[in-house]
Amino acid sequence: MAKILIPTPLRQYAEKNNSVDVSGATVGEALASLTTQFPDLRKNLFNDEGKLRSFVNVYVNDEDIRYLQKDATAIADGDIISIVPSIAGGLC
Amino acid sequence: MLTQEEVSRYSRHLIMPEVGVAGQEKLKAAKVLLIGTGGLGAPVAMYLAAAGVGTIGLVDFDVVDVSNLQRQVIHGTKDIGKKKIDSAEETMRDINPLITIIKHEVALTSANALEILKDYDIIADGTDNFPTRFLINDACVMLGKPNVYASIFRFEGQATIFAAEGGPCYRCLYPEPPPPGLVPSCAEGGVLGILPGVVGLLQATEVVKLILGAGEPLIGRLMLYDALAMKFRELKLRKNPECICATGDVKLIDYEQFCGIPNQPEPPPMSAEISPKDVKALIDAKENFILIDVREPHEFQIGRIPTSTLIPLGELPKKVAELDPNANYVLHCKMGGRSAKGCDVLRQAGFKNVRNMTGGILAWSDQVDPTVPKY
Repeated sequence: MAKILIPTPLRQYAEKNNSVDVSGATVGEALASLTTQFPDLRKNLFNDEGKLRSFVNVYVNDEDIRYLQKDATAIADGDIISIVPSIAGGLC
Repeated sequence: MLTQEEVSRYSRHLIMPEVGVAGQEKLKAAKVLLIGTGGLGAPVAMYLAAAGVGTIGLVDFDVVDVSNLQRQVIHGTKDIGKKKIDSAEETMRDINPLITIIKHEVALTSANALEILKDYDIIADGTDNFPTRFLINDACVMLGKPNVYASIFRFEGQATIFAAEGGPCYRCLYPEPPPPGLVPSCAEGGVLGILPGVVGLLQATEVVKLILGAGEPLIGRLMLYDALAMKFRELKLRKNPECICATGDVKLIDYEQFCGIPNQPEPPPMSAEISPKDVKALIDAKENFILIDVREPHEFQIGRIPTSTLIPLGELPKKVAELDPNANYVLHCKMGGRSAKGCDVLRQAGFKNVRNMTGGILAWSDQVDPTVPKY
């Protein structure tokens, strides 16, 4: 089992969980496992073509999957997958 | 050269070898531009002033509001209604009268950004919106100036340095902004008052390190901070070889348009909106209509309109099936933005008589019932 960390802005779509255990051998399978458990997350993570949105990055441990094998990046037991969306706040 | 007054003031810097006289002289010679004097800008401005950064520029055009004071510690109760830039300057001058403060009382735009940024060595982005963040990034890439970046949401923060020599830029991390409405703003989502203090001081620390040339700068690393978990995590940030910062194909654009914000939003039809006073008249006349409050439960607890029913915007799509499509509806939220989206949800589901209460519960408090607290 790998663990996906859910960032604050997306927790409202994941029944307020801050982390979710997922099954799957790749990042793509892990994200599919996540959105099966929490369907409301799907439109926030993926566009209409099913591709990861460009303001959402996914990391396996500390590495960006865009520089690994993207969706096909293999994951092992105990890996931490982070979803890191852009946030704009500062002045507010 | 440091004056005698400066030697006394900065003595705790001067006696540590990592700063010393040479480092303090670098701080004195440095020119740093802070964009935004709000949550993040407040601690950055105060500590950089105290540390003796010789020239600090401020960009802001906002005025101090009472709801800012929960976190924007550079402003005080006496400053409510004052320009933030003046209030910030006053606090900084009190902390350290030996530095130069340059005020830019403007909104940063594609037309003025390069002119304002060009005279500074380091830029610190403490803004609150995507168009300005992309603008600052692109201007820093064009001018080759490091952008010490931080952003916050509720109890989570991100910090890094963009556009340093050889390092990644904001677009390497996020090539595009989210569509409007998908990522909540702090005004809608809230922010823990202490959070910008912690995250802003990460920014200030990196500014000082860049000036001194000391330590390991936060370049190519994205620092994530979760205040509730009290955890820092560090992710690798790579320069994207296809990014405009690598190809050199960068120019300033219309960032509002880039971020999907129409220049002139189409006004909704008049019949789609109703003023708080007219809603009150409907209630008093015992007209048959349903008033739905689409805010979150914790906002509902702060204050509400007695006849309203709470259905948070996120739950509205699921509840549509339980609502009578032929009934009359008025929706409201805090300021009118979320309830406008809620009206769209109902109209798309075929509801005909749906109106948005203009200005939300804040306007209700102003126009109808001042006992409902504003937040």
